[in-house]
Amino acid sequence: MQIAPPDFDRMFGALADHTRRDIVRRAIDSKEGVAELASHYPMSFAAVQKHVAILERAGLVTKHRIGRRKVVRTNVEGLRVARRLLDQYEELWRGRIDRMTQLVNEYTRETDQ
Amino acid sequence: MTVTAVRKDPHALTMTLDAEFEASPERVWQLWSDPRQLERWWGPPTYPATFTKHDLKPGSRVEYHMTGPDGDQPKGYWDVQTVDPPHSLAVRDGFANDDGSPNTDMPTGEMRVSIEELGAGRTRMSIVSIFPSTEVMEQLLAMGQEEGMTVAVGQIDAILAEEGATL
Repeated sequence: MQIAPPDFDRMFGALADHTRRDIVRRAIDSKEGVAELASHYPMSFAAVQKHVAILERAGLVTKHRIGRRKVVRTNVEGLRVARRLLDQYEELWRGRIDRMTQLVNEYTRETDQ
Repeated sequence: MTVTAVRKDPHALTMTLDAEFEASPERVWQLWSDPRQLERWWGPPTYPATFTKHDLKPGSRVEYHMTGPDGDQPKGYWDVQTVDPPHSLAVRDGFANDDGSPNTDMPTGEMRVSIEELGAGRTRMSIVSIFPSTEVMEQLLAMGQEEGMTVAVGQIDAILAEEGATL
């Protein structure tokens, strides 16, 4: 599965907020709609709705219809992808150092000849 | 492994990475001062960097872009703060818009490089990344800063842990 960098940015931008992380956590196994979710937070329904929309755009939650209700559900596969991408990015600076070392060695070989 | 230490201070919001090279400080400095060499290590082979403006003088702006596998070209810049070849370099790094102007919606970070001779032909390079706030730190992780990354990994782990063994 390929995720382009903009999706990655969006995903982590979405997770950078405490309330949104909490929503993602709750929505793993709850069957709550936006209104029920909103009751857990000291903020307006509209504010929670906005948070859910940001998470939805980032692919972290989806809305499912159960009968007449719409419930918010965490996209666990999305989280797994995020985790995998993070592992890759964690290696970024180590990768740079490896490339620097390679360059330095290349130069040394050239001057040795 | 040439990375000898990675220190992360969540209170001071800094990350320091030390690496050692079997080369002189002058040689290590070239990796930064020569844009053609910089391009060979700043981005991974799959996302190479191109430095379109590169003059390491205080007050100057270094401009670069990355080129992704799909041809996308995210742009970035460094505002050079201090330069002391071959010992140190300090820049503020930010993200740029398509036209190359600084993206003011995105936070800027600070990166300090110091290069120290260890003797016996060895040189230590330290990279210090300084983040103005935890929020900025978390945002910067998307661009590959390790500290922010660790924070987010922790968040995702915490979220997944609540789901327990079903994963």
